Amino acid sequence: MPRVTRWLVRSSLVYLVLALLAWWALAAQRAGWLPATVAAWAPAYLHLFVVGWLTQLIFGVAHWMLPMYSKTQPRGREERLWAAWAALNLGLILRVATEPLAARAPGSVWGVLLVLSAVLQWAAALLFVINTWPRVRPRRS
Amino acid sequence: MPKLSVWFVRSALVHLMVGFTIGALVLVQKGTGKLPWSWALLGWHVDTLLVGWMTQLAMGIAYWILPRFGTRRGKVGFALAAWVAVNAGVLGSGVVLLAQAPTSWLALTRGSEGLGVVLFALHAWPRVKPAMTAEERTSSS
Repeated sequence: MPRVTRWLVRSSLVYLVLALLAWWALAAQRAGWLPATVAAWAPAYLHLFVVGWLTQLIFGVAHWMLPMYSKTQPRGREERLWAAWAALNLGLILRVATEPLAARAPGSVWGVLLVLSAVLQWAAALLFVINTWPRVRPRRS
Repeated sequence: MPKLSVWFVRSALVHLMVGFTIGALVLVQKGTGKLPWSWALLGWHVDTLLVGWMTQLAMGIAYWILPRFGTRRGKVGFALAAWVAVNAGVLGSGVVLLAQAPTSWLALTRGSEGLGVVLFALHAWPRVKPAMTAEERTSSS
């Protein structure tokens, strides 16, 4: 298993735990055990699960298992996956941190950081697609 | 990788980019309040990422790696029809949501997504089996 895959998969496991904690926190908020402000994290919770856990796990395993690109670069340019890992995680952490604050004051510095998180997550997907696309091809005869 | 898996996985990569682009636009709206029209794309964001990206990627990889019958992959026509139905459904849902067409149209396009999943399940079901029997090995050689 390549090093970048190990980082992607381990990071995805961290998000799985965080997503389930957030799910519990949302239930606890509805039960009145936690303050109402917790509810503002509901969209972020969903993305911890779908982006942080599922999509990141797919990125890691796909990079490991898809057909080789060439003998000299079996998995394409690995630095693209490192950049995707950094952008996805930074983008997602920024989102979780700023979304509830930006909701109260759109156009503030929190809003600008939320836009930055959008750009980072989009760039991560693009880097993954650019590196993966040429590896998705029929068997050479 | 068989050609049909290439179609499934490359289509999934296209849906990943479409879904992340819409998600980024919605986040920009949340941060700045300058793209109110992006809310109309939120339903498509869900369709394209959950069905077009994740489900379709799983279908493509399953078509590739599930046990075969000798050299054959069983009812290939069902898998091909699944690819058509899933992509027509997700693209159709996007058009319906963008055009704000009657909800009966959305029921049809999401029905197409569901039909695609059923067709793929019918294809995959007999392939979920133990390793090749001695009889199958003999008949395939």
